[in-house]
Amino acid sequence: MTGTPLLEVEDLRIDLDDGSRRVAAAEGISFRIDRGETFGLVGESGCGKSITALALIGLLRPPLSIGGGVIRFEGKEIQHLSAAKQRDLRGNRIAMIFQEPMTALNPVSPVGRQIAEMFVLHKGKSWREANQLAVEALASVRVSAPERRVKDYPHQLSGGMRQRVMIAIALACDPELLIADEPTTALDVTVQAEIIELMRNLCAERGTAILMISHDLGLVANVCRRVAVMYAGRIVEERGSADIFRAPSHPYTQGLVDSLPRLGSRAALGRSRLKEIAGVVPAITNFPNGCRFNPRCAQATDICRTSAPETDVLEAGGLVRCHHHA
Amino acid sequence: MKLRANLVIGGVLFALAIFVGLLAPWLAHTDPVMDANLMNAEEPPSWTWWFGTDDQGRDIYSRVVYGARVSLTVGIISQLINSVIGVALGLSAGYFGGWWDDVVNALTNVMLAIPSLIFALAIMAVLGPGLTSLLIALGLTNWSFTCRIARASALSLRSQGYVQAATVLGYGDLRIMITQLLPNMLGPIVVIGTLGMGSAVLSEAALSFLGLGVRPPFPSWGSMLSEAREQITTAPWLSIFPGLAIFLTVLGLNLLGDGLRDILDPQSRSRRT
Ligand SMILES: Nc1ncnc2c1ncn2[C@@H]1O[C@H](COP(=O)(O)OP(=O)(O)OP(=O)(O)O)[C@@H](O)[C@H]1O
Ligand code: SF4
Ligand SMILES: [Mg+2]
Repeated sequence: MTGTPLLEVEDLRIDLDDGSRRVAAAEGISFRIDRGETFGLVGESGCGKSITALALIGLLRPPLSIGGGVIRFEGKEIQHLSAAKQRDLRGNRIAMIFQEPMTALNPVSPVGRQIAEMFVLHKGKSWREANQLAVEALASVRVSAPERRVKDYPHQLSGGMRQRVMIAIALACDPELLIADEPTTALDVTVQAEIIELMRNLCAERGTAILMISHDLGLVANVCRRVAVMYAGRIVEERGSADIFRAPSHPYTQGLVDSLPRLGSRAALGRSRLKEIAGVVPAITNFPNGCRFNPRCAQATDICRTSAPETDVLEAGGLVRCHHHA
Repeated sequence: MKLRANLVIGGVLFALAIFVGLLAPWLAHTDPVMDANLMNAEEPPSWTWWFGTDDQGRDIYSRVVYGARVSLTVGIISQLINSVIGVALGLSAGYFGGWWDDVVNALTNVMLAIPSLIFALAIMAVLGPGLTSLLIALGLTNWSFTCRIARASALSLRSQGYVQAATVLGYGDLRIMITQLLPNMLGPIVVIGTLGMGSAVLSEAALSFLGLGVRPPFPSWGSMLSEAREQITTAPWLSIFPGLAIFLTVLGLNLLGDGLRDILDPQSRSRRT
């Protein structure tokens, strides 16, 4: 892919205002996603994945806010767009699906109507047309008998079905980018694999780029071409998926890869979770000086405790943020 | 699901009142205003005069039947106005929060502090008697409970996954409030609305009793009671039948409200299961 990337994030900082002071919940976040590309964001709970995603779609709400940096979508800065313009992007050009298919659908509205609403809202269709398109959208996520299913309420559907509906809603307007924040964590393993497969195929067919967010390095690497690993509000390594397993460069990534069982068939079931690396994730308000990973890092030296590493470009391709990277 | 007695009895009583009001011209025996005939003055209830007649010889049965129209019109429309005001204020206050929430809260507290009938009386005093004044006075003074409930529901629904999902999908605030929040709080709002209709029927009777409601000679249950009070010992049927009509209608609405609460309130639902 040449030309302007679909999404470009440069030195994004997210501030958390805890009443008395501002702390950076995430900073120095930079990455790019090309059209139709699949990009993964991996890291332990609380490292800042979801707030990064929310920043992209302009939905950070107090106490969180964008503290600096640039977000470009199709070459245009979007972080300062008016609320109405951002709303036009959301759901239309940039869609997002969540972790919780059980609660992400309105319980009192038939699912067909919820899909149709996207066409009415973003494409200016009449309800008549929109309802027709909703049936097609449901069919496209491989729901059988879609013309009957559209009349179902969410409680009549299984978790996997609901997540299919969510995908149908998210992809209804043919967005350029789909953000999937832990899209399958709440589902059981076989359904998980099905849903991921479906999402990947649909996006590949339509040329929709995916930003996939998860704790699960194995799952993300299986779906995405490139992966960024986040730790305590910073991206510590960004690599091609294959490289990150073959030769992880950052000590934290190495720990992650080592903790994955059955490397060979790793993501076939998407089951593996991160095993805890010794030590705990530092609290936002209490990040250590220097490299934020230093209290847990076996390779830490004095410089790690005093100065934060800059991002290095790896010869083999990729980025890493470590004084002593491999 | 077993049928709940309060729901059935309440529903039947309310439906009966509506039925009587709608079909008044066919159900009534005589014109409620014109057919005065002093020859039949103060007849007690009989086969000819089911509910008796008043001192002008008008058929009380026919007047009670027509009176249903006033009571129900006032009850339903004024409560609809209250519900719309309460939902609009409470829903937006709970959803937006901030200074708007403070304003709405202050307003609600004022409304709660003044008994609504007193407030309505003051409005009637300014507007003068009549049906429109009644609708305005009762429609503007009894929305505080609805508002409270709508606000509390909006506050709790705001953090639901589907509301956040709607934001992420590019829904605007108004669309979120109407499609995501409102339908999910409708249960308690309907319950309060039903109970509120009952109290509006009572308030109409009270205001009409005080001579502030619908102008005589057109019958309303309250004004009939008012006219009957001097003959309460000599012609008790003049008070009994309109009183009974008020009683049954309000009882029906209250039972209906309770019954609806039982089915619509998710908490009482989960308590049963
Ligand atoms: N509304 C908020 N108010 C205060 N702090 C918040 C808020 N939302 C997130 N945070 C903090 O920001 C940090 C990053 O949160 P985020 O939700 O992005 O984590 P995450 O990486 O998505 O974790 P998970 O895997 O558990 O979803 C966390 O420390 C969290 O406590
Ligand atoms: S900078 Fe130092 S502490 Fe941080 S990961 Fe690299 S070696 Fe470990
Ligand atoms: Mg998250």
